[in-house]
Amino acid sequence: MSTIEVRELSFSYNGRPVLERISLVVGAGECVALLGANGAGKTTLLKLIGGTLRPTRGSVSIAGTPLERLSRRDAARRIATVPQVFSVPFAFSVREIVELGRTSHLRTFAGLSAADRHAVEQALHLTGTQGFSNRIFNELSGGERQLVVIAMALAQEPEILLLDEPTQQLDLARQAEILDIVSDLNQSKALTVLAAIHDLNLAARYFGRLVFLHNACITREGTPTQVLSPELLHTVYGSHIQVLHPSGQALPIVLPLPESERHRAQLSCPVRETKEK
Amino acid sequence: MPNRESHTGFDLERAFLLEISGLLLALVLVTVLAAGAGAVAIPGREILSILWSRLGLTHAPPYWPASHEVILLHIRFPRVLGAALVGAALAVAGTLFQGLLRNPMADPFIIGTSGGAALGGALGVLLGARLSVLGFGAVPALAFLGALGAMVLVYHLSRIGGQTPVVNLLLAGFSMSVILSYAMSLILILNDRLQLNTRVVYAWLLGGIAVSRWSQAGVIALLVLSGIAWSCTFGRSLNALSLGDETAQQLGIHVERHRAAIIAVGALLTAAAVSGGGLIGFVGLIVPHFLRLLFGPNHTRLVPLSALGGATLLVLADLISRVAIPPTELPVGILTAFIGGPAFLFLLQSTRRGYRF
Repeated sequence: MSTIEVRELSFSYNGRPVLERISLVVGAGECVALLGANGAGKTTLLKLIGGTLRPTRGSVSIAGTPLERLSRRDAARRIATVPQVFSVPFAFSVREIVELGRTSHLRTFAGLSAADRHAVEQALHLTGTQGFSNRIFNELSGGERQLVVIAMALAQEPEILLLDEPTQQLDLARQAEILDIVSDLNQSKALTVLAAIHDLNLAARYFGRLVFLHNACITREGTPTQVLSPELLHTVYGSHIQVLHPSGQALPIVLPLPESERHRAQLSCPVRETKEK
Repeated sequence: MPNRESHTGFDLERAFLLEISGLLLALVLVTVLAAGAGAVAIPGREILSILWSRLGLTHAPPYWPASHEVILLHIRFPRVLGAALVGAALAVAGTLFQGLLRNPMADPFIIGTSGGAALGGALGVLLGARLSVLGFGAVPALAFLGALGAMVLVYHLSRIGGQTPVVNLLLAGFSMSVILSYAMSLILILNDRLQLNTRVVYAWLLGGIAVSRWSQAGVIALLVLSGIAWSCTFGRSLNALSLGDETAQQLGIHVERHRAAIIAVGALLTAAAVSGGGLIGFVGLIVPHFLRLLFGPNHTRLVPLSALGGATLLVLADLISRVAIPPTELPVGILTAFIGGPAFLFLLQSTRRGYRF
């Protein structure tokens, strides 16, 4: 269990500020979704926390220790990342990919120890990938690949799991499967989870806290019911988005408004909550 | 959870020992074959007997002509050993570059490292002929500087915003090779005017095993064997690096440090290979590629297997180049280009569709 503490973090890319004085605390065992339009800096923030990018200003601490004081090896034992893009140029098997998750636990020539094997089996088991662990990674479907990448991250036995768009390009059932596994891990292993995600409805259903990035800053954060308002979504996405509150449901449903219906909606209520009876 | 079929896992176990022994046996066989073939044919049994008696394992009276022993010990063995070392060095360098660059088409010849080593080596041959020590002198040292310079330059030229797109790298490598090869032509022309030893350089550049004395073989052996031993320590890092720099870093690899070391040892191996055999292309391409098809992409195994596979291939190629059209000796580089060039084109064609960077 580890907290992530981001303090006054700034990052610019070629002189253009991507993040400006961001402060965010993710508590140990918390499950937080990072939202925002394309290019809002979600991936950048995850990379800064994961340590693959260095901040222009500010700091990231993991369980009270500044990230730059951790060696690569120690950082990898605490933080695992499921990246947005994961490509494998050679014909590695699923098991080989998952075993690579143990890299930070191994010495140069030593083979896998019993503990390493256990962690690998556990990761395969938790993600339901043990059934095809001998298949070639590149021959799997998109959903299966994503499960394997998550298994690799779990084999690291991290305290913090960072996910960058874990559900992109997956069908609805697969999206739910991936997020079910992630929230299971969050609860059973007290894993601290921070995920960048585009789907607001999934975010509302699976994450306790939503953090919205906009204009290089955090515009709003809170529980789904607190933050999901048409005003905020209009600010963040610059488009007309309906927030519906179906009866008997605790969580709202968010839907974009087609342009053909936008005129009508604007006449009646420009950017207001529409309640369904 | 019981799981016995871990042969797809990363463990060094029986399957790997079997693969290593198989390749080792193949290497011994081609070595005996190559040592026996030539203007004076020496039967395999005789070769082994001479070897045994030399090693003091048997004390039987020699039944072979003394001339055979001289030919074997002073001409054939250094040559075959030289070919084996050059082949091993090229194949391991290819494996390192392919893993580092995440591309099965990287090869020291293709990305300009060999060109750098050759230019350095040629300068060594021309300028340093008088300061030769141990039969080699300035050649390996200048070849190493050339290889390292070319590799570092190509790497940085193709690096954009912390990334190294493979297309950039191959283009930068190609341009570097062209520049280096014309620089070489210029040196050869200038050298012609000054009437130095052009022919030696020219023959060497075409790729021919130039190792003909034990002292030379010793220098090459020292460089190549230490290079291969060093390379074997990068098996795990290469596996992680082949998932990309960022993922490797997230897995706990100190990417910059390992990358620099891999480039350095790759340059060392290339320089040793070019010093001993001139410009020999495609060995570093074909060997890792086919071994990967046979035994999988795990670099902890691929590096040592490549060393044996490369040695076997080049001893065989060198043998063919010696006996194909006697008494002419073909430069072995021509032979590997005729085998490896089409293999490269085939590879390009067959992977084009599924290519992901």
